Amino acid sequence: MDAGRRDVLKAGGGTALLTLLAAAGWLKPGEAQAAWNAAAFETHSLDATVKALGGGSAAASKDIAFVSTPDIAENGAVVPIGISSSIPKTESIAILVEKNPNMLAAVFDIPPGTEPAVTTRIKMGQSSNVYALVKADGKFHVASKEIKVTLGGCGG
Amino acid sequence: MADPMKIRANLAGDTTEVKVLMSHEMETGQRKDAQGKVIPAWFIQNVTATWNGKTVLSAEWGPAIAKNPFLSFRFKGGARGDKVQVNWVDNRGDKRSDEATIA
Amino acid sequence: MRQRIRAAVAVAGFACAVPLALAQGSATEEIEKYRQALQDGNPADLWEMRGEGLWRTPAGPKKATLEQCDLGKGPGVVKGAYAELPRYFADAGRVMDLETRLVWCRVTLQGLSEADAKKNPYGSSNRKSDNEALVAYVTSQSRGIPMNVRLDNPQMKEAFALGEKIFYFRGGPHDFACATCHGEDGKRIRLQDLPNLTAKAGAQKGYSTWPAYRVSQGELRTFQWRLNDCFRQQRFPELEFASPASIALTTFLAYNANGAPFDAPAIKR
Repeated sequence: MDAGRRDVLKAGGGTALLTLLAAAGWLKPGEAQAAWNAAAFETHSLDATVKALGGGSAAASKDIAFVSTPDIAENGAVVPIGISSSIPKTESIAILVEKNPNMLAAVFDIPPGTEPAVTTRIKMGQSSNVYALVKADGKFHVASKEIKVTLGGCGG
Repeated sequence: MADPMKIRANLAGDTTEVKVLMSHEMETGQRKDAQGKVIPAWFIQNVTATWNGKTVLSAEWGPAIAKNPFLSFRFKGGARGDKVQVNWVDNRGDKRSDEATIA
Repeated sequence: MRQRIRAAVAVAGFACAVPLALAQGSATEEIEKYRQALQDGNPADLWEMRGEGLWRTPAGPKKATLEQCDLGKGPGVVKGAYAELPRYFADAGRVMDLETRLVWCRVTLQGLSEADAKKNPYGSSNRKSDNEALVAYVTSQSRGIPMNVRLDNPQMKEAFALGEKIFYFRGGPHDFACATCHGEDGKRIRLQDLPNLTAKAGAQKGYSTWPAYRVSQGELRTFQWRLNDCFRQQRFPELEFASPASIALTTFLAYNANGAPFDAPAIKR
């Protein structure tokens, strides 16, 4: 991303300006997507991540499920994570790893019509709690799961 | 120039399932090379998927997404023959855009 | 002697600090779940795609594609070719495995020097290997097809016999043979079960699941790489790429896997 555009984003405070720019034809839709929340990717606690993503705090929820996510990862370099939310009006799903150098791994925005469920693979430096953070109707909800990592990476 | 993505899009009932593999190092910026020099972070930051021009998923990623990333999601709608396009941009500004036909 | 080897395996396990207790009971099931979760969306697909591109794109001094390459079933026939390799090739007058044949085709069809065609057999992230990509593509076209390697001429029989000899040959500073780790049921290094390559089931599973995307390396690795790395682990001299010894060992192991539906490129830890 070029620095100039990032400054514009900061100055404009985000989405509203982007929409205006897009409407004015200054940004093509593809480019407008290129916003990246640097602050959120430098957080070290759940609370700080929620704040960086624009929330206050996250309430524990039983309506968020880890799907096809094993309790043990044979290799921390590739850990399959599936998250599914049954909270109405789910807007986004984020994956956080408590003991990674930076907690936030990814944020997925779920537009209407897309199922509130994503599957991907993350890296984990060590055994840790993994948080599924869901934003729904403007509020944040969270569920967690402990995943053990057996590195075993010294053979060929 | 990055290698192409492998995208599969399959219709089941009224839902399209999309699976994407991307070719990318996803270097964390935490590792050192043999000379002890930090290997700079290099990772995909933004991913968007569109169907008939409508965004069906967008994501911001950090370097904790695994190398050669995999992503799977489902959206309502889609018909056989429609195109699903996936775009990514990394922190160096490299980008890649590929599409698949819904089967 | 045997005890000394067991001790060596055990020490290697502890040195890697993997809790052995994890290898038992429900942990084994969870690891199995982990492996299952990786099956769908194997990054090896990316190598297959690149390999198919290399197969179909004109390259080399002769600006030719590999589409006329004869992998044993006639020029251009890729489907099912790997399940019948290694085999004797009359045009070359010798037994070849897939990699050796790919080198042959890149030399004869594309005009590369043999040295260039053999360059970089095992890639890394900033040095991608054309060999690995081509192998991924060709092997993918044998998925589901039963292994059917035939010892139908003297050279094949000779290669098989030599491969068998290499498999049981003990040497190196640890006095190891391939058979030391792969000659009995139920052996394991850390969490990795070691197939008994002297029994039918083990030989089939061991051979038919390579090449594989190695999660620990983020790379696709070929069967020749597997053999090469086993030699390194045994502290043997390097098993040279596309050498008669490598082809012979591959012939022995591929023949023992006959009947197994080929099931790769796979994904492994």
